[in-house]
Amino acid sequence: MSATPTLSGAPVRGSNGGATSTSGAASPAGRPRPRRLGPRLAVVGFLAPLVVYLAVFYAYPLYRNLDLSFRSYTLRSFIDGTAPFAGIANYVTVFQSTTFVPALENTAIFTFVSIAFQFSIGLALAVFFFHNFRLSATLRALFLVPWLLPLLVSASVWAWMLNSDSGVVNALLQGIGLHQINWLTSPQWAMVSVLIANIWIGIPFNLVILYSGLQGIPGDIYEAASLDGASSWQTFWRITFPLLRPVSAITILLGLVYTLKVFDIIWIMTRGGPVDASTTFAIWSYRLGFGGESPELSPAAAVGNLLIILAFVFGLIYIRVQRRAGLS
Amino acid sequence: MNNIGKKLRVAGAIMATAALIGSLAACSSTSGGTPSATSHKGGTFTLWDPYPDRDASSTWAKAVEACAATVGVTIKRTASNTGDTVKDLTTASPNLPDVALVDNPKVSTLAAAGLLTTTKQNGFDVSSISKNILSAGEIDGKFYGVPTGANTLGLYYNPTVLSKAGVDIASVTDWASLTAALQKVVASGNKGITFSAVGTEEGSFQFLPWFWGAKANLTKLDSSSGDAALSLWTDWLKKGLAPNSVIQNTQGTSWTEFKTGTFGFAENGSWFKSDADTAGYKSIQIPAENGGPAPAPTGGEFMTIPIQKDKTRYATSAKIVGCLSKGDTAATALGYVAPTKAGADAQLAADPTLKFWISAVGDAKPRTADNLGVKYGAISQQLYTAIQAALSGSATPSAALTTAQAAVK
Repeated sequence: MSATPTLSGAPVRGSNGGATSTSGAASPAGRPRPRRLGPRLAVVGFLAPLVVYLAVFYAYPLYRNLDLSFRSYTLRSFIDGTAPFAGIANYVTVFQSTTFVPALENTAIFTFVSIAFQFSIGLALAVFFFHNFRLSATLRALFLVPWLLPLLVSASVWAWMLNSDSGVVNALLQGIGLHQINWLTSPQWAMVSVLIANIWIGIPFNLVILYSGLQGIPGDIYEAASLDGASSWQTFWRITFPLLRPVSAITILLGLVYTLKVFDIIWIMTRGGPVDASTTFAIWSYRLGFGGESPELSPAAAVGNLLIILAFVFGLIYIRVQRRAGLS
Repeated sequence: MNNIGKKLRVAGAIMATAALIGSLAACSSTSGGTPSATSHKGGTFTLWDPYPDRDASSTWAKAVEACAATVGVTIKRTASNTGDTVKDLTTASPNLPDVALVDNPKVSTLAAAGLLTTTKQNGFDVSSISKNILSAGEIDGKFYGVPTGANTLGLYYNPTVLSKAGVDIASVTDWASLTAALQKVVASGNKGITFSAVGTEEGSFQFLPWFWGAKANLTKLDSSSGDAALSLWTDWLKKGLAPNSVIQNTQGTSWTEFKTGTFGFAENGSWFKSDADTAGYKSIQIPAENGGPAPAPTGGEFMTIPIQKDKTRYATSAKIVGCLSKGDTAATALGYVAPTKAGADAQLAADPTLKFWISAVGDAKPRTADNLGVKYGAISQQLYTAIQAALSGSATPSAALTTAQAAVK
């Protein structure tokens, strides 16, 4: 369907092109119509796959999620297809839930602490590896390991290492005369534990992107700086850091979006527990919908939508920041 | 500013389009649920079970095959994860299997959703099934399925560890004597007890013998008896009589801990019996607060017959279920105590060491008993959350149970 007008459009334009010099002025009213229709159909034809793709895989699921969150879905709804409209009742339930405040705080802490450490450690390592030295390539490759491992494996290994009684970390602590820490099972430490694991997993991503950003900074600027007698500290803050800003911005934004929705690591290590100690919005949404003993799909969808709105806000902030950077 | 306004307008337009497309799709999907029941005369019947680890060569698969031959049909078996059964069944609603094996506390949930037939509808006779096991599938006098068999919890002990600590197992008759025994074991350099208090249904399941053993009732979580049971567990953790890892232990990991040979006791299920026999572990029934055996919850799946468009299939499905619940072949294959007296007797005759577990199942009661039905799911979720809160030290046992009771409503 979409291919035919595109193909037939071309000869029409070609024959017109040959004819314009002689007869183009003679029939101004008759000719332009096929000339415009061809390209327009072509435009529609080229756009259609993308629009269909966006509608089927993005717009429709998003719509369904919204719909789900404004209705009262139960298991019965799947059988008879009816789910009464509930208005904002699900959102009210979510906002009034005792889990809401801890989940919001945890999501904020988890996201910002993760990003802060991932970015600063990633940047430090990138700068470190940028000065080529023996074995630097090998070492850099080793740093990528966390990224290459399946999350299920990393998270299970972390959970195992941090186990209260049989974990290697507590064995070490007790070896040097310290007390056992209940990493995954005490309300004070559960968040710290999942943060450590998540930071470890996120460092390679930051390292790789920032490292490639560093390669984009022209070497002669560094030469000029060293001629002017800049210390390495000054070189970093006055040259590397400002010139790396666009790359940093995209790294942090991508990191934000990834971290906001982190699920596997937390679920495998603590299931969001004990109680709500490490529950983020992503965990809460899953627990409502599928983790509990009675599925509450509508409130789960409502939490999911809150998460989408959060990510959307960060997206807008990014666009804003980028535009301002472009203007200056 | 202007640009952002434009962006938002574009976003609005996209949303509107999405809504339109969505509503069109929604219309088409409701009208599209036509039954695809091609006539299988005598032919193929589907059976879903939650045993993906039992392949075609397993005794369970063979028991199913044998019943298929007896009834004269082909049974197509699909195995998936236990946790997904409810989700799988609800999403499959237009094309439900002929027979579905469902974890017993989930039966009432599925029945309330209108997915299951009653034994009256499918014509299955439940008179030979042991009453206490069967009642997990009973709502308002109607039965929505029959058990494949049942298992329950007991208190395993390691005789080597106990004799080293100088504990006589006969002295363990109530909570006080059990705690005293645990203290002796720990004093002798070993570890006390391991169990599973994980934040899932498993955690509630393991807690119930203590909860019921204190005469607490699931309809009132924050009673003083409930508090006593949760305090017992919490104090064990505080005093180091139980390891902190119980908060995350599944029953499987807890058993692995016990098998290190450094624990005196372990609360675990009859499904580890053969493993325990090999290792030389023994078992007693879990004591109630003031002595005597505490009622333990029954575990195990129910065979249910989901709703079909073609009602003539029920008769054959009922025959399949009847075949699987008769005798002890299926129950033995799954490691359960058979659901009928005749089946249990046959099991006992074949293996006299089963005596303990058969009597323990006889004393057990289903989690959905006390007419809880569908409510059990929500109660259990709050109960294991309270257990997690108390054991991790986020709240005192009584505060945790008060919160839980308030959340159940």
